[in-house]
Amino acid sequence: MSVDDQTQVTEPLDKELEDLTHGAAAVTQVPMWRIRWRLFRRSFARNWALFTENKMGLAGLTIIGIFALMAIAHPILMTFVWDPAIYDPVGGYDAVESIVTIVEEVTDPATELSLEDARIQLNPFVEVGEEIVTVLQPAPPSFSGDYSHWLGTDPQGRDVLSQLLFSTRAAFLLGAIAAITTVVIATTVGSVAAYYGGITDSIFMRFADLILLMPLLPVLFVVGPLFGLTMLNLGLIIGVLNGFGGVAIVLKSQALAVKVKPYIDAAKVAGGGNGHVIFRHIVPNVLPLSFLYMMFGVTEAIAIESTLSFFGLLNVRMTWGLMINTAQTQGFLLSGVNYWWLLFPAGLAVSILAFAFFIVGRGMDEVINPRLRARG
Amino acid sequence: MIKFLTRRFLQMFVLFVAFLTIVFFLLHAMPGDISNQLIGNPNIPPEQREILRQTLGIDKPLIQQYGIYILNFFQGELGKSFSRYPSDVSTVIGAALPRTLVLFLAATIVAFWLGFKSGKLIAWGRGGKIEQSYIVGGVFLQTVFYPWFALVMLWFFGSQLNWFPLGRFIDSELWRGTEFNANTVFNLLILSVVIALAVFGLMRLVISRITPDPIIQSRYRRMASIVILAALLVFWWTSTMRVYAWDIVHHTMLPVLVLAAVAFGGTMLLTRSAMLETLGEDYILTARAKGIPERAIRDRHAARNAMLPVTTSLVLALAFVIGGGIVTENIFSWPGMGSLLLQAVTSEDVPLAIGTLSIVGVLALFGHLIADILYTILDPRIRIS
Repeated sequence: MSVDDQTQVTEPLDKELEDLTHGAAAVTQVPMWRIRWRLFRRSFARNWALFTENKMGLAGLTIIGIFALMAIAHPILMTFVWDPAIYDPVGGYDAVESIVTIVEEVTDPATELSLEDARIQLNPFVEVGEEIVTVLQPAPPSFSGDYSHWLGTDPQGRDVLSQLLFSTRAAFLLGAIAAITTVVIATTVGSVAAYYGGITDSIFMRFADLILLMPLLPVLFVVGPLFGLTMLNLGLIIGVLNGFGGVAIVLKSQALAVKVKPYIDAAKVAGGGNGHVIFRHIVPNVLPLSFLYMMFGVTEAIAIESTLSFFGLLNVRMTWGLMINTAQTQGFLLSGVNYWWLLFPAGLAVSILAFAFFIVGRGMDEVINPRLRARG
Repeated sequence: MIKFLTRRFLQMFVLFVAFLTIVFFLLHAMPGDISNQLIGNPNIPPEQREILRQTLGIDKPLIQQYGIYILNFFQGELGKSFSRYPSDVSTVIGAALPRTLVLFLAATIVAFWLGFKSGKLIAWGRGGKIEQSYIVGGVFLQTVFYPWFALVMLWFFGSQLNWFPLGRFIDSELWRGTEFNANTVFNLLILSVVIALAVFGLMRLVISRITPDPIIQSRYRRMASIVILAALLVFWWTSTMRVYAWDIVHHTMLPVLVLAAVAFGGTMLLTRSAMLETLGEDYILTARAKGIPERAIRDRHAARNAMLPVTTSLVLALAFVIGGGIVTENIFSWPGMGSLLLQAVTSEDVPLAIGTLSIVGVLALFGHLIADILYTILDPRIRIS
């Protein structure tokens, strides 16, 4: 937060405080948390107004909201609507019956089957032109019948929509773990390094250099399968590496700017200890910037997790990456739009959610960095 | 400048040894070793396992193994690959490294060049639908689920439009029965391009000596580049390896373009915001007041200064390109370091995994160093002090 932004925030607040206090006697009657709450609400309203000026940030928030609804919908649907034996994202199976025509050359795999495949897999006596009912998977989307599959089934007969919704929850969890770990570590490290300076600073910054040097994805390629990383481990690893790495460097430079502000000296003069100054005065002023990196952290975590599970290197039950991995291992990789429900829902879900978090981050960036805002 | 670079170089060396240490201990933190894989085999008695452990040197204490490993690494000795026994890890990596380097370099250069140009232009013509669509496109490219994007591109350009081959490095049908080795042709290709670039650099130097006028200089430069490009094309056109060289180039195009497309988004967005910052500076106003043409303000005053933060971010883009490169190689079956890494990991070939990871670390390191050198060249404040 730049200098003029701070003054802008505090000016109307001074008036507010005056209204609240009405002279010295009233001070004791207004609890501290209430003042804090009002302060928070004021700055929130201001920043919210700035944030909503940018339509992209709002669009991002809306998309995240939709995904959050999807994540909540899954357990509800599983309990009340869907039969777990059929719709379970990992163990479910539905023998969807579909009618296929036997042809020599397949042009549309959803409704046609080659003679060769049909003779091997179904019935050695079928002829070209016959229409037969099969339970071959993956089945295309169906909206009727005993059990409808809006997004079809995967090569193992599992409902794609159920997998998609289940994975949304996993993605949110991973993003939250990675982002919160990043922010907690990075704000602490950045503030401590800036406050103490000297050797503490050097140690943390050299460590950050080392992490920045480390090619993260290749390292996780090796570590993931060898240690059988789960979602929780992965989130923590990404969070810790980001927290001690690049984000710590950015937040340290921000903390350095905060450190020289008069109120830090005032706090010290008033007898505040090191811990008090760092956690009560520096950290709260670094936090807005760290929230920004939290958003970018979520984007990164989702991308890394999906890539790793795309290659089948993680120990996870079901994620978007794993859905594409299933399509890959079963040989539907280059099927393109013919089996669109295998590749597109999962791929788009990863891309769109990462996109949403990223543009929310950019919107927040414009709130924090006034120079980025559109002129006029 | 020399002092700055030596200090940086030393720093990076220390960091690299630390990186090697982490990789080594990380992989040795795994329970068991290679001989455990043989427990289930009744034909191999425990004594034989012990002999294997001795041959591989994994019976020694960990710290001694570490010392040997570090020493060997700097002598270029990376051990033997388990999955391709008895090939040396260094031989396996040596064959894969040029292909990866070409992929990374070509993609980075294309992405950086296009990203800088378009970022500059959209920042200059601020506001409006075009800028918005570029931003949305850039953010989309930056956040798209890369393996999926590469797959869709491969399906679209390779399978639907049939413009490019479906992955791999060469077309084995074509190469059957030729006396040429794919690696030889490939290395020759690299060599010819490097020579062409060197000649171009030399010519630039000569041109700047001949005339001080920037307009004539740029005209000469354009002529020189056309001549060199023509010479390169003629050389390969008349060569007996023409078909094979084209086959390799044809296979290289799609992976490079797809990787470049993704790296392009980030560079463009960053150039845009850097440009917006420099456009607010006083010297831009001064330049306008002096009546300098708009184009010159954009290219010589604003874009030059906006290049600094973009170069710094080259380091971050590098991490992106390395990660993306590994994914690209695996999706396009491109036989480079990335596919090697995945193969090593899936076949539990620890020496190969360590070796590949370390060399990727070296690549990242050199990338940082190059970005530093570029930075010193671009920023006179560092160059002079």
